[in-house]
Amino acid sequence: MPAPTSRRALLTGAAALAGAAPILAAPLLTAPAIAQSKVEIEFYFPVAVGGPITKIIDGYAADFMKAHPDIKVTPVYAGSYVDTLTKAVTASKAGRGPQLAVLLSVDAYSLIDDELILPFDQLATTAEDKAWLAGFYPAFMRNGQIDGHTWGIPFQRSTIVMYYNKAAFQDSGLDPEKAPATWAENTAFAEKLTRREGDRTTRWGIQIPASGFPYWLFQALAIEAGAELANANGTKVNYNDPGAVEALQYWLDLATKQKVHPPGVVDWGTTPRDFLEGKVAMIWTTTGNLSNIRANAKFPFGVAMLPAQKRRGSPTGGGNFHLFKSASPAQQAASLTFLKWITSPERAAQWGIDTGYVATSPAAWQTPAMKAYLAGFPAAAVARDQLEFAVPELSTHDNQRVTQALNDELQAVLTGRKAPKAALDAAQANATRLLRPYAR
Amino acid sequence: MATMRRETVQAWLLVLPALLLLVAFTHWPAVATVLDSLFSTPRGSRPAHFVGLDNYAALMDDPVFWTALHNNAVYAAATIPASVILALAMALAVNTAIPGRPLLRMAYFTPTMLPMIAVANIWLFFFTPDYGLFDSIAAWFGLGRHNWLGDTATALPAMIAVAVWKEAGFFMIFYLAALQAMPPDLAEAANLEGSSRWNFFRRVTLPLLMPTTLFVLVNASINAFRLVDHVVVMTRGGPDNATTLLLYYIYETGFRFWDSSMAATLTVVLLALLGLLAWLQFGVLGKRVHYR
Repeated sequence: MPAPTSRRALLTGAAALAGAAPILAAPLLTAPAIAQSKVEIEFYFPVAVGGPITKIIDGYAADFMKAHPDIKVTPVYAGSYVDTLTKAVTASKAGRGPQLAVLLSVDAYSLIDDELILPFDQLATTAEDKAWLAGFYPAFMRNGQIDGHTWGIPFQRSTIVMYYNKAAFQDSGLDPEKAPATWAENTAFAEKLTRREGDRTTRWGIQIPASGFPYWLFQALAIEAGAELANANGTKVNYNDPGAVEALQYWLDLATKQKVHPPGVVDWGTTPRDFLEGKVAMIWTTTGNLSNIRANAKFPFGVAMLPAQKRRGSPTGGGNFHLFKSASPAQQAASLTFLKWITSPERAAQWGIDTGYVATSPAAWQTPAMKAYLAGFPAAAVARDQLEFAVPELSTHDNQRVTQALNDELQAVLTGRKAPKAALDAAQANATRLLRPYAR
Repeated sequence: MATMRRETVQAWLLVLPALLLLVAFTHWPAVATVLDSLFSTPRGSRPAHFVGLDNYAALMDDPVFWTALHNNAVYAAATIPASVILALAMALAVNTAIPGRPLLRMAYFTPTMLPMIAVANIWLFFFTPDYGLFDSIAAWFGLGRHNWLGDTATALPAMIAVAVWKEAGFFMIFYLAALQAMPPDLAEAANLEGSSRWNFFRRVTLPLLMPTTLFVLVNASINAFRLVDHVVVMTRGGPDNATTLLLYYIYETGFRFWDSSMAATLTVVLLALLGLLAWLQFGVLGKRVHYR
């Protein structure tokens, strides 16, 4: 489609001119005439949970354009998180990237190191803008706050919570309104919940998935045991912290010693299904599964914060909006308008209700829509209440590779090939080597 | 002289369109890959600079590379003979006159028609612990659960099973075509001579199928290095790199770690490996193939 493309390029160029004009003290009197044309912004987004996400996003874009006729927003569905990152980065490197993209908050370092994104704090300078930036939950902002700048606006954010089967609690003589609050209780409950027939297990007590991105669930255990897996500026990891070793030993013991957790690597994708089938009584997974489990559970279920060892805790997760350097000043301003609109309390509340993601600002939880939703479904507030104990998701320079070093060793331990201490020492050595160029 | 020169020019002009395409889409990318493997990965404002063979040295120190190479060797050593032998057996089975033959042929060929991503999702269900197909069958015999994809010992064999299932039907088609083209008088002559069926198969059928076998072998070897879609869907290389194959590792290095130089280096290694295999097959095995 060469014709529309070149037309858009022209328009974008015109918009750039229009935007640049005021900065250059408006030397051309024709500038206002050009400014009449629409500013176009394109944004890439991934879909990582069930539900009609693309339809919801397209609806938001249409509503926004009705309210702001001078801006044209084109949402582009780009696959999974990894696909979206791949597409946004390759398109940007080729000079035809989007202006905005929803990407994993932990990929901020890589985007900064590749000099692809712009910080929002240099753009949002008015008092109103600053109040907007300060309005989000601090736990969701931290992954995007690097080197004194704010690089990400929270959008589809989540944490890990525990889902438990209340019917199973009842038939095991446990109080269905009381989820385990400590690791010791967690083990004791899981032992009571496990059902065996000879040497077969017909129901497991607990399941913590470890395929794909085991580091995320492991981080929850590590936080609870008092370990911080990485430093604040992403240059150093503490994979073999004594707390981390304790956390991994606990996870392994659930499977090999108490035998209340399936052995080997438990699949992330089938874990909600295992829970719905009654094969497991307690699972750890993202809040993003809330709508799915609510729609399909044939038994009463509860949602609870993760249990504590030294403290409670869960990493945050999910995606932030990032602003790409390719955006012209006019597009940057339009992007800011759009972001302020889509993260407004009413929209954030609706988005949370529709998807199960955690609404990103305290104000969103005070909206009438959210209050009505919570009245009918109090479990939805658990993720918000857990935010008080939340820690930013593990994120460093060269993030994917540094976390992969941990993923491999975690899986080696869970499949019985390595001892926790030796594995975490190896992961630490490997990650330290990868991070050497960034150490300052 | 003049006409000859004109003919030469004409010949080159005729070849030119094909040559341009070949150079632009095959040879130049290959050369560029080799060049890229000699430079560092450009990041942000730091452009690529020449590093010689540093990337290759780093590769030798990378334990995941050796794991991937080892996995791929096992994967190839298992999928190639298994899918070829199975294909031959299936072709022989549906070449005889049995009731429901078209149906059986279609059944054997179905896996080939399905996209690999769909196949992987079907098998994902087969391998699911407890309520998946295999564990459901095992439960009838009183056997316990198997975490097929979550155990380092069974994850790679599981990948191999999927690949063999997917490929055998495709290769069967070639064997079937070759069997159908075989003149029936050979079998009649062998019958008159009183040759046993096994002897006929070993002395006549198999040698006559050798050109097909070579073709199938070449394809199977290429696929052993090329077919990784199911790894992406089913295990993403895990657990602990137990199912990381070379091509999957190239993808991860290039598009997850964004280390394009290292990905280029890995690609060169893969190209060299495939080149060596092709040379072995055509150079050594090819000479022993009996063409009519």
